[in-house]
Amino acid sequence: MALLEVKDLEVFYGMIQAIKGISFEVNEGEIVTLIGANGAGKTTTMQSIMGLIPIKKGTVTYDGQDITKVPGNKIVRLGMTQVPEGRRIFQELTVYDNLLMGAYTVKDKKKIQQDIDEICTRFEILGQRKNQIAGTLSGGEQQMLAMGRAMMSHPKLLMLDEPSMGLSPLFVDKVFDIIKDYHKSGTTILLVEQNAKKALSIADRAYVLETGSISMSGSASDLLNDENVKKAYLGA
Amino acid sequence: MSTIMDGLSLGAIYALIALGYTMVYGIAKMLNFAHGDIIMVGAYAILTTLELTGNPYIAIAVSIVICTVSGIVIERLAYKPLRGASPLAVLITAIGVSFLLQAIAQLIYGSKSQSISLPDFGKVVIGKYAINVSTIITLVVGGLIMAGLTLFVKKTNTGRAMQAVSEDRGAALLMGVNVNRIIMITFAIGSALAAFASLFYLMQIPSITPTLGSMPGIKAFTAAVIGGIGSIPGAMLGGVLLGLIEKICLSIPAISPYTTAIEFSLLIIILLVKPIGLLGKQIREKV
Repeated sequence: MALLEVKDLEVFYGMIQAIKGISFEVNEGEIVTLIGANGAGKTTTMQSIMGLIPIKKGTVTYDGQDITKVPGNKIVRLGMTQVPEGRRIFQELTVYDNLLMGAYTVKDKKKIQQDIDEICTRFEILGQRKNQIAGTLSGGEQQMLAMGRAMMSHPKLLMLDEPSMGLSPLFVDKVFDIIKDYHKSGTTILLVEQNAKKALSIADRAYVLETGSISMSGSASDLLNDENVKKAYLGA
Repeated sequence: MSTIMDGLSLGAIYALIALGYTMVYGIAKMLNFAHGDIIMVGAYAILTTLELTGNPYIAIAVSIVICTVSGIVIERLAYKPLRGASPLAVLITAIGVSFLLQAIAQLIYGSKSQSISLPDFGKVVIGKYAINVSTIITLVVGGLIMAGLTLFVKKTNTGRAMQAVSEDRGAALLMGVNVNRIIMITFAIGSALAAFASLFYLMQIPSITPTLGSMPGIKAFTAAVIGGIGSIPGAMLGGVLLGLIEKICLSIPAISPYTTAIEFSLLIIILLVKPIGLLGKQIREKV
């Protein structure tokens, strides 16, 4: 059974239909990526799954439970969270307080401290800047913080929305290494990316989103070699 | 000296009210124009409980409870259904709630001013100055409350969540924060602070009318904007500043008739020079 199943999802902004009945699934242990051009509806899909945008039609099932109408804050408690587009770290809080916010649903104080220590070893830069105001970090560092913050809630399924956006090539590689690493430690990943080449290179399966509909899907390696995908998204 | 003390204690009252405006603005992104009327609700609560029990401490406790509950009920009934509606609709609703509260008070207590007799603590002489004990109580208790609130916001999970919601509601939701609950808590805290403000206000001016809250409410709102709306230290600074200016102006016969004009002119000047207020944060528009 799929860990996350999206079925016939439709989302509207006012009168405009942004998502036109898409279906996809993420199985436990997979890295699945949703690729597509700017404005294809990737972020809308991600936000509607987490309850940030209301769903007009269709269902979202997580771990066998219908979460279509469950508010986002409760979804986090079920074990699914998201690193949102544009990172959206709390700029005015310290790095440490941002990590504490990530552990908002965790009650065990000792565990939280352990997790923070672990995150600060995983992301050295965060350890060094623990007491710094998060808004003063560089873009790449903020992305590390956003990922570390999401890991604090120990998600079974982690969704990442454009984690490489606006980063230097060095940080882009780093971000994908972290995702691979984190996946190995046992977390299922749903990745939305414009950097299709990178995303397909680490993913098991992929869906191509085109103006609100899924135009193609398959194993990541197949799509990586598909002529149409190559032309449209890989710049070859 | 006694002018400064009076100014500081009036400033503490303004600051307590301004905190309610600024916290609600920061977290719920709305101007709660009914906030001033919570002071009036608190004042009548003290009056009635004092008449019934004769015990000022019970009266204070009851007033705090009634203000907190009114804050929560108003938020639930009037503002929560408008979450996501245009700011103008929310603003008009808030003004409506303000009129409603005043009308209810008028129905129950009539429009005539009623006087209240709180215990007189007398004066203490410090050096060559005689200072009202009530002024000192206002300063000390007001200061403690504000210090406590600052600690609460900085050090507790709920306080951190309040800061998070204020900065980015969606991101806070992704952390598992129940945004509605945080907004409710904010209204509760703001209204409880207004109850204290109401008590301190009555210690200075022991008479109550249904429109009692309007003037201190608008002054405290001014204080919140001067300090930078949305900023907690800003509300404290703005409140104290405005209280001091008011008492200093009132103590100089030549300018005392212009006191209110001077206070509001200060607001205009600050808005011209620094539109975000003294300690306000630059608002980042999401692109």
